Amino acid sequence: MLKITEGSHAVAEAVKFCRPEVIAAYPITPQTHIVEALAEMVANCELDSEYICVESEFSALSACLGASAAGSRVYSATSSQGLALMFEVCFNVAGMRLPVVMSIANRSLGAPLSIWNDQQDSISLRDSGWMQVYAEDNQEATDLHFIAYKVAEDHDILLPAFVCFDGFILSHTYEPVDVPAQEEVDAYLPSFKPYQRLDAADPISMGMYATPDYYMEFRYEISRAMERAKEALKRAGREFDEEFGRDYSAPVEGYRLEDADTAIVALGSICGTVKDAIDEMRGSGRKVGLLKIRSFRPFPDKEILKALDDVSTVAVLDKNVSLGSGAGGALGLEVKDALYGSGIEVKDYITGLGGRDVRKRDIANITDLAESGKGDMYYGLREEVL
Amino acid sequence: MRELRIHGRGGQGSVTAAELIAVAAFESGVYSQAFPAFGVERRGAPVQAFVRFSDHMIRLRSQIYEPDYILVQDSTLIRDVDVFNGMKEGGIAIINTEREIDSEVPAGVKVITLDATSIALEVLGLPITNTTLMGAFAAATGEIELQALEHALSGRFSGELADKNIKAARRAFDLVRGGA
Repeated sequence: MLKITEGSHAVAEAVKFCRPEVIAAYPITPQTHIVEALAEMVANCELDSEYICVESEFSALSACLGASAAGSRVYSATSSQGLALMFEVCFNVAGMRLPVVMSIANRSLGAPLSIWNDQQDSISLRDSGWMQVYAEDNQEATDLHFIAYKVAEDHDILLPAFVCFDGFILSHTYEPVDVPAQEEVDAYLPSFKPYQRLDAADPISMGMYATPDYYMEFRYEISRAMERAKEALKRAGREFDEEFGRDYSAPVEGYRLEDADTAIVALGSICGTVKDAIDEMRGSGRKVGLLKIRSFRPFPDKEILKALDDVSTVAVLDKNVSLGSGAGGALGLEVKDALYGSGIEVKDYITGLGGRDVRKRDIANITDLAESGKGDMYYGLREEVL
Repeated sequence: MRELRIHGRGGQGSVTAAELIAVAAFESGVYSQAFPAFGVERRGAPVQAFVRFSDHMIRLRSQIYEPDYILVQDSTLIRDVDVFNGMKEGGIAIINTEREIDSEVPAGVKVITLDATSIALEVLGLPITNTTLMGAFAAATGEIELQALEHALSGRFSGELADKNIKAARRAFDLVRGGA
């Protein structure tokens, strides 16, 4: 049943239904409401979970690492500098193949200090071995948590996952969300069965020293698991559809793309605004569509090539920037790679950094720029810097 | 789609007002979306909060620039912020003030003023006007039903506090309805 609630609270409720046995998190804007709500649920005995209060994000994810290694389903959430402080632990969690799920309420990184949204935080961890999925709205932000646990804990995958949803724009927004019942989630997501775990009676070591003779193979195995995760995400999305009637089987999703000449490619909540802008542009006869990227890691390069096969121009929107690459964001660089040799013109637009609002008219302007061959640029800068 | 922009100062409960109006609107039978635009997260600083109302699921995520309605919690803001900016013709501005509005109002915008501070002081004992103004919004626009608003208030506040806020909202609802 649809109910109106704040994005963070919908996510907290979804996490509760996933029955995490250990939660460790440190509050940081704009993620705080999620872990506050979960702490309250644990205190009220609505959720049987060990809530570990820690003094930093580094400790939060370290506690999750240990608890996951001991065989528990674990959960954390963070944003921005909090994720930056977890950097080292992120690599350890992935390297030890621990299926930790963490919500990222996306926020820009300082300096200068900004509490507002962009996606620089999670994008900066793109090479850490964590899967990364991005939500367009709070329904998707909620649902992706169930899918993330299912795929992460699959014994053929065993990779941690970020569920990314835009800070404030989704985390602090009240809108209708269909949060499923506990029994439905239990039917979809069985209890966690660790592949191996720390056990004093049957001791093993995890995260050990690897000499140059062995280290590379560990990285290679993560790469292979990422490849397998592409199919596992589709499968888990399809099974979710069968259970709940919402289809997340596609790693990319087209909107009015069938006869489009120009395609916009984007990640996260901006896709909603793009869809409304496309409807307006279509109303004045322009053939524009959207390709929404749901899974950034693993990156669905083949699906992107297939979906954009018939367009002549692509405009990628990036709420992050890979500094030193010209004006390229991570998504733009990878879409260019996916479409290399296809003859499709791909332009990248850095937009919405640090909470800069993106409006329908901005999407129309970017479409104009792309169609006139101008791009690989920051869009919407203040005139005094130009 | 109709859009509301709330202007207030940090600490006046503008974000809560937006959230509870969205909750009441959803109960009244439309899709709604509420979200804040935090400024410097400091008491007294100008803040905005937004609500959208639609018969369809709302996908748009940008802030509100051409509102159908504005709600102004503190008329001294009008000196610092162009609260009427972008208002649609036929729009409704609800302003908390005990005086006449002496600034220029865009053509075709209906202004409703009420002394919400006095109502809040009398009923709640505090100069917190957000719940009073929600009652005025319900009466002036018809976007939310009074009963749905009362449910939203009792969902957020408990006991005596809920009763007092409902009373303040009703007082403003009756005042605006009577004057309309």
